[in-house]
Amino acid sequence: MSTDLLERPDAARGPANRKRETEALLYLDDLRVTFDGYKALRGLSLTLARGELRAIIGPNGAGKTTMMDCITGKTRPDSGIALFDGSHDLLRSDEPAIADLGIGRKFQKPTVFESHTVADNVLLALKGPRAAFASLFGWRNRVERERIDALLETVGLLAHRDRPAADLSHGQKQWLEIGMLLAQDPKLLLVDEPVAGMTDAETAETARLLRRIAGEHAVLVVEHDMHFVRDLGCRVTCLHEGAVLAEGSIDAVSADPRVVEVYLGR
Amino acid sequence: MTPRTPLIDRKGWIFLAVLAAFCLAVPVLNLAAPEGSGLHVPTYLVSLFGKYLAYALLAVSLDLVWGYCGILSLGHGAFFALGGYAMGMYLMRQIGARGVYGNPVLPDFMVFLNYKALPWYWYGFDHFAFAGLMVLLVPGLLAFVFGWLAFRSRVTGVYLSIITQALTYALMLAFFRNDMGLGGNNGLTDFKDLLGFSVQSQTFRVGIFVATGVALALGYLVARVMTVSAYGKILIAVRDAESRTRFLGYRPEHFKTLAFTVSAMMAGVAGALYVPQVGIINPGEFAPGNSIETVIWVAVGGRGTLVGAALGAVLVNYAKTVLTGVMPDAWLFALGGLFVIVTLFLPRGLVGTVIERFGGRRAAAKLPPEPEIAPERVEQGQGA
Repeated sequence: MSTDLLERPDAARGPANRKRETEALLYLDDLRVTFDGYKALRGLSLTLARGELRAIIGPNGAGKTTMMDCITGKTRPDSGIALFDGSHDLLRSDEPAIADLGIGRKFQKPTVFESHTVADNVLLALKGPRAAFASLFGWRNRVERERIDALLETVGLLAHRDRPAADLSHGQKQWLEIGMLLAQDPKLLLVDEPVAGMTDAETAETARLLRRIAGEHAVLVVEHDMHFVRDLGCRVTCLHEGAVLAEGSIDAVSADPRVVEVYLGR
Repeated sequence: MTPRTPLIDRKGWIFLAVLAAFCLAVPVLNLAAPEGSGLHVPTYLVSLFGKYLAYALLAVSLDLVWGYCGILSLGHGAFFALGGYAMGMYLMRQIGARGVYGNPVLPDFMVFLNYKALPWYWYGFDHFAFAGLMVLLVPGLLAFVFGWLAFRSRVTGVYLSIITQALTYALMLAFFRNDMGLGGNNGLTDFKDLLGFSVQSQTFRVGIFVATGVALALGYLVARVMTVSAYGKILIAVRDAESRTRFLGYRPEHFKTLAFTVSAMMAGVAGALYVPQVGIINPGEFAPGNSIETVIWVAVGGRGTLVGAALGAVLVNYAKTVLTGVMPDAWLFALGGLFVIVTLFLPRGLVGTVIERFGGRRAAAKLPPEPEIAPERVEQGQGA
């Protein structure tokens, strides 16, 4: 065992630890995750360019959420490479460090801070130093009202700024969470099922909002609603059984017989 | 600027005004009202009230971590006792040669146990300033190390409560040992004077009562500064959805450790003010039951309100004084019953209920979630 390690130092440190760089914003290569024998990801590879908007589709259990968990440091893959913004190794960082690199996440179930007002939720998300002492007496206590209001305006919640987040409707919470993502001003936004529980009008509005955000930020959206995905008008990646099944325009992907077979149904 | 929560809100002003009136009236009625008149407050009562105020400070310190950060510490009595021991060590050194054995350096129990020299950790305790520093540093350092290890390992909820309980229990066993050099079973007692004042004198009794009141007010203000700042908002966010704060880039363990450490220091000060008023500190103060009683005071007054914690401490302890006088055996049943009743019918405590009814929606939303009778916790942010 030990001689083996000495002879092959590179292999011993694992492929993820070799110094690598990426031109893309996000570079995932051959990610593998196993939960108690169940293979959640079986060699998932994906790249995302700066400012790109990308939709991820796929049946339940395809590994969409697990992929996001790997990117944000919630789940540690068994093997693979995950690089972000040059040479940052996501597999060696924990959640706060990854958030600090510029990756924001919106969860499937909206998770806002229910005790706090809408405005305070945005305040806590605002980009800036996040040390405990800095928040005790530092800049976060002197944020201009206008800065928060501008973000609330973008997500259409300005009228609700002083209400506790607990009192918002489901769709409003989704938007508040998107507003918090914007406040974080990340390089990459991971958005898990943003339109679940939204009306058609709200869904269309959300698609418009995400299209507007893209460009300045890269956005990765997981969504089942095919109308919504079509509205996004971006490249689509279909996952199946923990790997990429098809990738391309919405028309190309939805015409792919394998995608039809496993996901869209005949 | 975003509108900030005022440092002292309405209930805060009421609390500080009542406290100030109390701290003014009791000394006046003790010193000025002639003995035998109906208005006279005897000196023993002054010390009893002072004890309540020390307990109130302990309760405020617990509320800071339990009410605002969700850390249910069942070992806060340990920090209280450590602060008490630091003060006790100073008081022991002040006895000097007036002890039974007349040794100018060694306290009586050390002479009795054949100590030849003062153990190293007693050095410096003859200076009040040093002892005062230790009142803050010893509990603070213990809380910092303990909190850092526990919070970094993401120990939360019931598990955290159990290890805090184990902490105070372990300390109790350690302090019971004579080898600890802190008086073992008997603890530290027979104090003579503090900063030159005889601890038995009326002036001292009144003085330390007022000092305790001032410490309570300051402790309340420190807790307010922390909880109304952005730091406090993040603390509440950690309480309600810890994993979510991580994805925003916060390190909850840092926020919790800071609150836990400040809280422990506050508890230490409470202990240091308590000891000269009761005249003794022994390992019994580490007993798990004391820490649990503190939790009940906070629950009765209302978690996450600070003022409620102080009120709960005074009310429950007053009830304890009255009841243990009338029916000593009934107290533990009454205390247990009180906890059950509060949990079932007054889950937000006295002040919490008032805020919920009359405080407006925004203030009510900030209160900690009601205790779950049958907990069915779903981990926040767990995507299916």
